[in-house]
Order: sequence, then C-alpha cells, then structure tokens
Amino acid sequence: MEQRKKSSAEWLYKIFIYVALITLVICIFVPVAWVFMASIKENSEFYGNPWAMPAGFYFQNFVDAWGKARMGEYLLNSVIVTVLALLILLVVALPAAYVLSRFEFKGRKFWNAAFMGGLFINVNYIVVPIFLMLVDGDKFFLNNFGKGFLLNNIFVLAVVYAATALPFTIYLLSGYFSTLAHDYEEAAYIDGAGYGRTMIKIIFPMAQPSIITIILFNFLSFWNEYIIAMTLLSDPKGGRTLPVGLMQLTQAQQSAAQYGQLYAGLVLVMLPTLILYICVQKKLTQGMTLGGLKG
Amino acid sequence: MKKRSGRSAFVFLCAAPAVILFIIFMIIPTINVFRMSLFRRSAYSPTEQFIGLDNFTTLMNDAKFIRSMQNTILLIVVVTIVTFAFALVFAAILTREKIKGQNFFRIIFYIPNILSVVVISAIFSAIYDTNHGTLNSLLSLFSGKTVTILWKGESMVMTSLIIAMVWQAIGYYMVMYMASMASVPQSLYESAGLDGAGKITQFFQVTLPLIWTNIRTTLTFFIISTINMAFLFVKAMTSGGPNGASEVALSYMYKQAYTNSSYGYGMAIGALVFLFSFGLSALVNVVTKREPLEF
Repeated sequence: MEQRKKSSAEWLYKIFIYVALITLVICIFVPVAWVFMASIKENSEFYGNPWAMPAGFYFQNFVDAWGKARMGEYLLNSVIVTVLALLILLVVALPAAYVLSRFEFKGRKFWNAAFMGGLFINVNYIVVPIFLMLVDGDKFFLNNFGKGFLLNNIFVLAVVYAATALPFTIYLLSGYFSTLAHDYEEAAYIDGAGYGRTMIKIIFPMAQPSIITIILFNFLSFWNEYIIAMTLLSDPKGGRTLPVGLMQLTQAQQSAAQYGQLYAGLVLVMLPTLILYICVQKKLTQGMTLGGLKG
Repeated sequence: MKKRSGRSAFVFLCAAPAVILFIIFMIIPTINVFRMSLFRRSAYSPTEQFIGLDNFTTLMNDAKFIRSMQNTILLIVVVTIVTFAFALVFAAILTREKIKGQNFFRIIFYIPNILSVVVISAIFSAIYDTNHGTLNSLLSLFSGKTVTILWKGESMVMTSLIIAMVWQAIGYYMVMYMASMASVPQSLYESAGLDGAGKITQFFQVTLPLIWTNIRTTLTFFIISTINMAFLFVKAMTSGGPNGASEVALSYMYKQAYTNSSYGYGMAIGALVFLFSFGLSALVNVVTKREPLEF
C-alpha cells in the first residue's frame, strides 16, 4: 500500500512537470508560429478571428513587403552590414587578441584591462555621442571637401558595429589563446616561420571553434541590432537595415493597417536567424556558457 | 621566448587597429557622456556652454525623469524575480529529472533569445491588440464574453512589458543555470536522498548553495541587461506611451538627447543611469556574498 501511494505521488509529480514544460513550449512556440501563419493571410482575414487558419496561401504579402515596403532593399543592406562588420571584426580582433594574450609588451596590462572594462559599456549609452561625433565629422568634411559621408552610410555603420563588438570578442578569443602552450610558436620559429606566418598558419586554425562561436554571436547581434542603425541611418529616404525598416512598418501599420505586409516582413527578419539557429543550436548554447557575458 | 627582429613592429601592427577603433568608438564616446553632462548643447545652441551640475539639478525636479526611473526600478525588480524563479525551476527540472526530449525543450526555450527585439515587440503587439489580438480573443473564448482589455493602455502597459521581457529572457538564463547545475556531482544528491531529503529540500539545500557563484553573476547581468532591454522593448513597442506611462530611463535619455536634441541634458541622464547600474550591481554583489562552497 505504502509503495503504491508513493508511486502515484511520483506519477502526479511527473505529470505536473510535463504540464509545466509543455505550457512553456506552447507560450514560446505558438506566438512565433502564429506570425508565420499570419504572414500568408489576406488583409481582410485579420478582422476576423485571429486564430482562424489562413484561407489560402496569399503570397502577395511577401511581394508587397519585398517591393512596396522596400524590405528587399533593406534585406540587402542588412546582409552587407552584417557581413562587412563580421569581416572587419575578425581582421581586427584576431591579431589583437593574439598579441594581447600571448606577447609581453609595454602597455599590455593596461589595454587588457581597458578592453575588459569595455565589456561594461553598453552601446545604448554611447550611441548619441557616436552620432554627434559623426555629425561633427560630417561638418568638417562638408566644409573642407564639400561633401559629408559619415552619416547615412552603411559602411560606417559596419565599422561602428565591429568596434563596439571588440571587447566581447577579444575577451572570448584571449581566453582561448592563453590556454595554448607556447611550444607551438617555438616550434614554428625554429622551422623559420615569422611572427605573422606563425599566427596565421598555426594559431588561427587552432582557434577555429572559438572563431565560429564569435561569428555566431556577433552575427545574431549585428543582424538584430536596431538602435545604432536607427540613429546613424536617419535619412528618411536613405538606406535602412531590416529591423529598422520593420519598426517603420510597425508604426505605419497603426495608421494604414497593412497587417499582411507586416507579418511577411517579420518572417523575413526571423527566418535567417531561425535557420541558423536550427543548424547550430548546440554550438550556440554551449558557446554561451563559456562567453556568458553578453546580456 | 628569444627576442627576434621585428617583434615590436609585429605587436604594434596587430594591436593598433583594434586599439584605435576602440578608442574612437568606445572610449571617447564614454568620456563624452560624462563630459557633455556638464554642458548645455542643443540644436538651438549648438556651441557648448559649461553649466556645471545644472543638468543634474534640473533632473531631480523633472517629474518625467523620476517616473522613468521608477519604471526602470520596477522592471529590474519584477523581471529579475520572475525570470530568475522560472529559469531556475525549469533548469532544475531539465537537469535533475529524466525528461524525454530534454534537448527539444532546451532548443525551444532558447528561441526568443535569437530573435530581434523589434520582432518580439511586433509579435507582442499582435498579441496585445485590443480588437484583433490573440490574447483578448483567447480570454473571450474562456470567459464566454467579449474581452476588450487595453493591454497597452496606461494601467496595463507595464504588465504587458514585463510579460514580453520575461518571455524573452527565460531561455537565456535557463541555459546558463543548466550549465552550472550539470556540474554538481550526482553523488551529493544520492547522499542527500539517503538522508531522506525530498526533491524540494535537495533543490534548496544542495543545488542552490552549490551554484551560488553563478547566481550572483547572473544577478549582475539581470540588472545591467534589464536596464538595456527595457529601452529596446519600450522603443520598439510603446515609444514610452501612453502619456509616459511606460517611459524607462534610457528611453527618456534617447528622447531627450536624440529626438529632442537636448544633448547635454540627455547625457546627464545617461551618466546618472550608468552610475546607478554600477552602484546597484555593487550593492547586490555585497549583499549576496557567501562563503563559496567546494564540491
């Protein structure tokens, strides 16, 4: 009797756990799935029951979002900014992290500490000073060369992204580089390889797992970022990145309801990150715990 | 390591680009936040004028600023407590219990973390919509009468924000706690079980004390990231409205410094919030200090 009572209590406990887990799954999964469903609904369907299945596959939403709402153009901008920022970041951060973690030189301690401190500076605080700095820079160029080019320039945006991602990236890479034995370099030097060759041919290939981790994290943060993009690309007719364009669409939707377009736009922003996530989810959640500082 | 020719040139070439970008786009803007907070600069008086601490004294009497700080503190407290509790419990369930599809649950729970805040805000706007929203229609279904709660109205807007922010954050912290819980040795639970400790006792007496260091770290994350995330959510979801009911510290800063072009005043808010977040983190760190347990 005692035994059976215990097992039924355990049974209840198990049910309770599964109910809790499945409730959370529903809470997270359903809103995202709902957007995909809504993206193929016709505009008139949004005035009915929001839970109704789409009447058909209304692909026009995507065509409108792509063309009329300029999401196609914004998508291209987002791709350029993200790829460029990742490239700049890797080219700049990899050598810096390497020498900062493995070479003795004057000022090394200071710069290591400075980059560590940089982890605590969130871009939200410094976005307006960066904007003003670029405004001043543009004024200077306007006066001297008749043309300013720092604002409304997606290339400058990519540089800003890369620069603000430096502390986190260098912190992660340094952590990895400092675990390597110095024997690798010694052997390479004996074989006659120079510093640069040793770094590129011997050290970087070994750091591949860390490099993939930083590419993943920074891809997500660059792709999803919108505060800096919104501030630095302020020209209403000029280029935008996808999240900023989407935000505009959300605001426009309040006056002229274009629900279909909006949800199609949402799908366009979400899809790349979701596909990437499904491919590499294991790496992402593992990498997070080793570099956990990104809030 | 033997010194070789070109060593300092190599170190310089590797470190210089990162250091230069870091100085231009992070150090100088950070210094500027604090420096500009002592000046008056706006679109109408573009030359800077030193006014000492005037900006800060004005702030202390600015009802809108005080309200935005109250909202920020409310969010820090509530979002932290709710997210913390859910993340901890679900992490414990997923690591301690033999759950079928453990990996599946982890993958789903982490999804909100890879979505742009703009996307999440748009999803929640669809959920909260008064007439065509999914939430009101669900409530109508269960209550049997038409529910028209203004989720983004003045009285509910903070609750709505909290729900969206918790939704976004649970997965991230859960994965973090799972990683540290997985490193607690199984033998400790076995001996606790032999001593007659139930699951709940084990959770409080074994799990919590042993991952305490990790919990302390995440509490600092909670403070810093809630301040930042609140800004992102408010900017994309409510723009501080209605009537400033959902204004938070950083969104008010952005409004003053960027939209309103009162740069000096905006930076004073930024400087104050910056110091506030550091002070609060330090305080929490001191209060939660315990002797670290070995296992």
